[in-house]
Amino acid sequence: MSTGSIRIKGLSHSYGATAVLKDIELDVSPGEFVAIVGPSGSGKSTLLSLLSGYLKPTSGVLERTGTTRTVHQADGLYPWLTVEGNLALGLPKLDAAARRRAVTDMVGRIGLTGFEKAYPHSLSGGMRQRVEIGRALCGDTDVLMLDEPFSALDYLTRLKMRGELCRLLDDQPRTVILVTHDIEEATQLADRVLVLSERPASIVYELRIDVPRPRDVTASGVVDATKAVLKAMGYEP
Amino acid sequence: MDICRTLSLCSTCIPERTPLSERLELHFSVLHFFALDTKNIRNSINSWLYPLLTFGSLILLWWLASTRGYLSEQFFPTPAAFITGLREEVASGSLLRDTLASLSRVTAGYAISVGIGVPLGMVLGTVLGARLALLPLMNFLRSLSPLAWIPFAIFWIGIGHGAVIFLIVIAALPTIALSTMAAVAGIPKVYFRVAQDYDLLGIRRLTRVIFPAILPQLVTTLRVAMGLCWLVMVAGEMLAGNTGLGYLIHDANNGLRLDLILVGMVAIGLLGMLCDRLLMFLTRLPGIRWGYDR
Repeated sequence: MSTGSIRIKGLSHSYGATAVLKDIELDVSPGEFVAIVGPSGSGKSTLLSLLSGYLKPTSGVLERTGTTRTVHQADGLYPWLTVEGNLALGLPKLDAAARRRAVTDMVGRIGLTGFEKAYPHSLSGGMRQRVEIGRALCGDTDVLMLDEPFSALDYLTRLKMRGELCRLLDDQPRTVILVTHDIEEATQLADRVLVLSERPASIVYELRIDVPRPRDVTASGVVDATKAVLKAMGYEP
Repeated sequence: MDICRTLSLCSTCIPERTPLSERLELHFSVLHFFALDTKNIRNSINSWLYPLLTFGSLILLWWLASTRGYLSEQFFPTPAAFITGLREEVASGSLLRDTLASLSRVTAGYAISVGIGVPLGMVLGTVLGARLALLPLMNFLRSLSPLAWIPFAIFWIGIGHGAVIFLIVIAALPTIALSTMAAVAGIPKVYFRVAQDYDLLGIRRLTRVIFPAILPQLVTTLRVAMGLCWLVMVAGEMLAGNTGLGYLIHDANNGLRLDLILVGMVAIGLLGMLCDRLLMFLTRLPGIRWGYDR
């Protein structure tokens, strides 16, 4: 079981005079899957950058335990490395033979056997994201950050990728933070969905979803959760 | 049934277990190069055929203009005079000697410029203090014509090999350093974030992220810089050299030998093309090719 956890208290962040996040309070337990949604430009990606350690908060407390790796929206793979080269980045502490075995194992788990020597630009968008998720899950990652990881994919591939992510997380449980603009994605995957307000953003709504994964996107629990989150975001059909 | 196999387009194909939607996407992706064998062969032939047609047409026009009296021998040598001049230079061994002299100067000047310019550019691109301190100087040097340095080159080093190499370095180094710096500045931010996630920091970030990320652009820079080296070499040898193809042109000019001037020009052009072709081969390396295939 993953040991990574996150605790945020009174976190605020500004870009110059522009306040982006204000008084964010959040506790993420080990192994929990938390999704963060919010209007465009509300500061979701800024919050994820703070959680990933790419930015330092202007004020407040941010405590993380364990190693953190991020799956980016697109182009997070190194194009000069093959699939196995990219996956091996996640395994720096292993000797060459063990690393080779671990890479072969991960290639199989992400369903890319036969593509070990392929370069990212010769793969489809879905395959590239699978490599990126596989790379992030290689080794001793405790917290997995997902920055709109499937937003560049078509709907069917997105659905498929969500299922594959659940399968990979079943094999290797991790603490996960998902930032997405796709409400359905959040409710299908997360244990808890947090809704950010307009900028300067704070958490205005929180929904726990106690439906076992993998979840059918059309299941009543997921649909009800989606409706509740949409309502919290001010959308009324 | 696999589409590529059905159409006999490729021998090795996408593994069977790949989902159909992804297989279709891959089959029709530009980079499914197994399917491009026939196209590759055609492109390879065309890459030789088209330049040969261009040069052949120019030579034919030159020959026609000379034999029909449209081009006076006083202003431009005839093909026959050119061949006579070429034979003369080859027989005396001076063409080979001058070619080797020029090649050695370009190689030395280029190697020094690349050896200093690329690391310097990487430092300028990554260290703010170095950029603030050195960027104005680099721009100052880049704005100066290298020919303005000729008096100093002769005064400090004397006429000959060293002065020409100095001029080549003065011309190529700032260009290489600034282009490398621009390439580093253009590296997507996400690569650095990934480097942070995977503990590629310090020297490992430089060698395993920054350097491979700029390689495709660096090859373009190296090709531009090579052209610059040949330009400056000719001017340098004309004014501060005592051998070489530039000196051959200068000497032929003094003797009003237009045929020999053309021999020197053709030799320089062909050598420049050859060097560029050699650098082009770098783009086929797997660690660089991605920048051209995307």
